[in-house]
Amino acid sequence: MAHKIIPIGPYHPLQDEPEFFKLHVDGETVVDIDIEIGYNHRLIEKIAESKSFDQVTFLVERICGICSTSHPFAYVNAIDDLLGVKSPERALYIRTVIGELERVHSHLLWLGLAGHFLGYNTVWMWAWRYREPVLDIFEKVAGNRQNYAMMKPGGVRRDMFEEDFPWIKKTLKDLIPKVDMFKGAVMDDPVIHARTEGVGVLTKEDVRQYCVVGPTARASGVGIDIRKDDPYAAYDKVEWKVITQEGGDVYSKAVVRILELYESINIILQCLDKMPKGPIDSGIKDIPPGEGIGRHEAPRGEVVHYIMADGGNSPARHKIRAPSYMNVASNKKAVIGESISDATIILAAVDPCYCCTERMAVVDYKTGKKLMDGQDLVRLSQEKTRKIAEKRIRS
Amino acid sequence: MKREAIIENIKVRSGKDLVEFTDKSKNRFYFTINKKILPQIARYLFNEEKARFSTASGVDTRKAVEILYHFSVDDIGLYISLRVILEKPNLEVDSLLGLFKCAEWIEMEIHEMLGVNFKGHENLKHLLLKDDWPEGNYPLRRDM
Repeated sequence: MAHKIIPIGPYHPLQDEPEFFKLHVDGETVVDIDIEIGYNHRLIEKIAESKSFDQVTFLVERICGICSTSHPFAYVNAIDDLLGVKSPERALYIRTVIGELERVHSHLLWLGLAGHFLGYNTVWMWAWRYREPVLDIFEKVAGNRQNYAMMKPGGVRRDMFEEDFPWIKKTLKDLIPKVDMFKGAVMDDPVIHARTEGVGVLTKEDVRQYCVVGPTARASGVGIDIRKDDPYAAYDKVEWKVITQEGGDVYSKAVVRILELYESINIILQCLDKMPKGPIDSGIKDIPPGEGIGRHEAPRGEVVHYIMADGGNSPARHKIRAPSYMNVASNKKAVIGESISDATIILAAVDPCYCCTERMAVVDYKTGKKLMDGQDLVRLSQEKTRKIAEKRIRS
Repeated sequence: MKREAIIENIKVRSGKDLVEFTDKSKNRFYFTINKKILPQIARYLFNEEKARFSTASGVDTRKAVEILYHFSVDDIGLYISLRVILEKPNLEVDSLLGLFKCAEWIEMEIHEMLGVNFKGHENLKHLLLKDDWPEGNYPLRRDM
């Protein structure tokens, strides 16, 4: 029988990625999960068909508020692929810097939220505090702290100035000791180990079956990273490594993201040192008929844009696939069989946006009655951490 | 070498059912195949070459609906698109859900956006559109 579900928590179309997770529980154990998406569906693919190729860059920038450059990045890669030309060298370096700055701020954002769900509100406040300087860099470079509007088919929209580089480098280098601190806080804390190790495990086979991407896949020992596998922009011109962990649990996902912060800072510093002088835009006039596929490794994994052009001024078809489309579906595997108090952090471990967890409800398996909402679940998760910590102090 | 071997294998396995092959660039290959061999070629890519199913794009070309199944062979950075052309009004193709679970959502999406029926997909309900969306209205069709 079809039944209606009322979303829980503050529900607002301005928030990112509203998804609805309905957990079916038997006692303390999750026995099934329903995932519903589409609450904020805007059919951007259709709107793109009515915009010019230049305007589409701005349109796709508005798909996600957190990783706002990921979609434009994949889109300009698709145009480059369609035309069969490479954008100017300097533009490729600038794109790389913007893409990596975004990864740094996005991973810090996730780290803060994960801390909050586990009851470590200090980690939450710290992570978001140290995210601020990264947004300051964006403000300096692009004039905006979000929606930077830096990408452009055939290049970038505005140049970076060499006189800003020393300040940008210093700001990023100052961030490294802070990341060290987070690394210590996660890797050396026995309570975090107890809460996250072996929880919400995705095996390599699950990763294959659900075609999971990004840090979620890399935490299960599957070293896929578009930046390395199918290099674009300046990723093949700098030295860096793909971070993998073998556990597949929440702990591994956290470790992958923290270690990736170092790699991203490393990539940006190298790009700033190596950035060649020259034009930033190849001045594309017309887009000929044809097809192009662009990919970008966003903070959450592979973004795919497929463009079909018919010689007109706007795309004949524009297909967009975001990484969470693949990752969120894998929750079905990760959360079943786990306890309700671990559900929050497992669902958050694939790094969807915060409002996703606000939309959870716990339903009794036998009676079908609603027992808890999103806020109760966060509280339950925080209480579990506190109990483990108290137990350790007493023993 | 693996790159050439994959192209050759798809060509041999498709035989007469290969309609067109385009190598757009070093890492982007397009194969247009008849829909009856789609499960076979997809199985070859997924199981034997360990390719990752990336997504599928449905395109309305007025006379037909094309579906491009995108596979990523990550260790060599290759992106293969299998294109099947479904002539209107017979918009039906085999579901790939039996092969990999990640086909579930994208098939639901193409079903509601373009009106393609995926044979063998048991749960073709609405994914993104609301449940009471009027039947027969497909937002990504050209005539919408």
